[in-house]
Amino acid sequence: MRRMAGLLLFLAALTGAAAAVPMPELDVGQGGHCVNDPQVMRQNHMKFLYQQRDETVRLGIRGGKYSLAGCVDCHASKVNHSVLGSDRNFCQGCHTYAAVKIDCFECHSSKPRALSAVQREGGHP
Amino acid sequence: MSDQPDNGRRQFLSRGTAATAAVAVAPGVLLYDFARARPPAEPASSAVRWGLLIDTTRCDSGCDACVSACREENALPLPLKPTDPQWIRKVELTQEGTGRKVSLPMMCQHCAEPPCVDVCPTGASFKRADGIVLVDKHRCIGCRYCMMACPYKARSFVHEPVEDHSGATPRGQGTVESCTLCVHRVDEGRAPACVDACSREGHRALLFGNLNDPDSAISQRLRSVASVKLRADLNLDPGLSYVGL
Amino acid sequence: MTTRLSPRTELRNFALLLAAGLLVAALGLWAAHFMESRGHIVTGMNNQVVWGLPHVFAIFMIVSASGVLNVASVGSVFGRAVYKARAPLAGLLAMALLAGGLAVLMLDLGRPDRVIVAATHYNPTSVFAWNVLLYSGLFGTVALYLWTLMDRTMGAWNKPAGFLVFLWRFVLTTGTGLIFAFLVARQAYASALLPPLFIVLSLAWGHAIFLVVQHAMLRWNAMELHPGIQKRLKNLLGVFVLSVLYLVAAYHLTNAYFARQSAFERYLLLDGGAVTALFWLGYVGVGTLLPLALIFLPKAGGQRCVLGAALGVIVGAFSLLYVFIIGGQTYPLQIFPGYHAVSSFADGAITPYAPSLPEWALGLGGLGIAFLITLVGVRVLNFLPRDVPGQPVESN
Repeated sequence: MRRMAGLLLFLAALTGAAAAVPMPELDVGQGGHCVNDPQVMRQNHMKFLYQQRDETVRLGIRGGKYSLAGCVDCHASKVNHSVLGSDRNFCQGCHTYAAVKIDCFECHSSKPRALSAVQREGGHP
Repeated sequence: MSDQPDNGRRQFLSRGTAATAAVAVAPGVLLYDFARARPPAEPASSAVRWGLLIDTTRCDSGCDACVSACREENALPLPLKPTDPQWIRKVELTQEGTGRKVSLPMMCQHCAEPPCVDVCPTGASFKRADGIVLVDKHRCIGCRYCMMACPYKARSFVHEPVEDHSGATPRGQGTVESCTLCVHRVDEGRAPACVDACSREGHRALLFGNLNDPDSAISQRLRSVASVKLRADLNLDPGLSYVGL
Repeated sequence: MTTRLSPRTELRNFALLLAAGLLVAALGLWAAHFMESRGHIVTGMNNQVVWGLPHVFAIFMIVSASGVLNVASVGSVFGRAVYKARAPLAGLLAMALLAGGLAVLMLDLGRPDRVIVAATHYNPTSVFAWNVLLYSGLFGTVALYLWTLMDRTMGAWNKPAGFLVFLWRFVLTTGTGLIFAFLVARQAYASALLPPLFIVLSLAWGHAIFLVVQHAMLRWNAMELHPGIQKRLKNLLGVFVLSVLYLVAAYHLTNAYFARQSAFERYLLLDGGAVTALFWLGYVGVGTLLPLALIFLPKAGGQRCVLGAALGVIVGAFSLLYVFIIGGQTYPLQIFPGYHAVSSFADGAITPYAPSLPEWALGLGGLGIAFLITLVGVRVLNFLPRDVPGQPVESN
């Protein structure tokens, strides 16, 4: 009986939390066809990125499809040219929702590679 | 005894992969055409060992083209404080007694036996198969033991948050960094930025190439002129050699 | 004889000490946070002096952690009752000092948030990586040893456990010395003399800390040390101080003899400014001659003299470590022998270094952590050295 009550409380807490924090509405930037199925990417992008990161840095394998710069190129917001900046921006929005810290952009650029120097200067989060 | 077949294999491999040699596309610009031997999807191979020959007799003490090219390529700040990074620096030498002056660029020597790699607790400091010594900043915890161990003072610690991410190599606060021999360019078949800049200035004091290929320009030059390795007493087998010291 | 404090005063004093310890430790944590968010730019460290004042504190605590176990080793390995009565306190102090030292070492990392990487990726050729195992192993072996001391049913295991701790701390201090001995790059290091030097340093520093803590605890409890025991502990300190002096002299005199090292020795011993002053006044004066006088002069050797000697050894320890770690780095690397070098990256030049406030706070915070662990430990468990009245003190 007590266990049932506990379970109910737990479920209530879960649904309550889900209701309190709405799903993020993401600015997907340019978007388009991703390198893999979006649902697969949502669940596994970090594994793909880590795998390719280690292969590139340590072995020198280049040109893999799971590149962080590639993510940024397609998904930087057309408003501030970045995947960071607000809870609508592609990376930051979802990571805030999932409460997972991203430290990629302490070193990597959060802006697309094709961007001109002038655009790079402005709009930094 | 067992050396014989191994040597043969190594020679065969190095010729097979890198005998493609350097092709001059424009005066002073060399394109290292090993793309046929190593497609981007293939890992770097130990059949190649990248090295630099620095001719101090051609290096001008007033010139720092190599240093500014490196700074631009990697988006490094202008060094104003002892905490600012310097991946490559110009050193002015005066011989004791004779007063002879020598000017040279100093950077990571890309040792075959790198002390930084030996002492790194996490394996963040590592040597790629083709001899380039790098820091895997995803693994670096910022203990700075490699900086204590490097006899060339080649490494810098990122003392402040990095604002400019436009450089070719990602950099971040709290990690150690150093010359990458422009690994991103080398993997595209290009020479490091400092080498190109020196050629553009007309000095051609820096010669880049594959030490494992006996027919490469650098190997031929190393065979014909007297050169030294820095701190040769330590027997670290650096990939960089200097002429005129 | 001092009179015993009333329970109320005692509780008040304990609370005051606890608050002071918490404050110092909190300041240390604040400093670590400040350094992590702003970067090491807020310290005095730079690309030439890469290890600063926090390493002086951390290495002092780690080396001493092994040394405070002296009395435990003499007690359990060599079976001396007088020393065994002190073994639990020694074990507690070892764990406290190690915790304080490791905290400083970790919080001084560029990326303390990633310290777990040191466990998930292990480079077997790195002496730093070996030390990760040696340091955590010391916690384990000392905990085991304390268990055999405090649980009567485990008494049979005390000697083997004591022997294990004895071996472990020997290897651990060797490992700490090797951190420097393996560095071929800089002239101050790369010497096989460093591991034995670190061993004798640990004996002297650890014993000095033990004597200070024992003095404070006995006074707190209005107890007096048996003069015979006092004499033996004090003579032991004197022998350790002399051993350190011998190895330090051997290190500097051999260096001074080598032409390639003579300019470096000249810098340390004559021209180094603060470094030179710390060597002669801090280490030789306060850290060696003063303790020797307080221990061995005819009318000296009383309770206060021994306390003064122990404190002098601790001051000398910090001075010597500062000279060794900071002085060893401010002196330029010799990359081009036979040439005078100039560059924008401190080639051929002495680099000035001045520790910043956050570095002091972090280092002292580590001492604060060690102090807190000791204070709470001796309060909740029975660590007071109790000598059986009338028990003969062995004469040798």
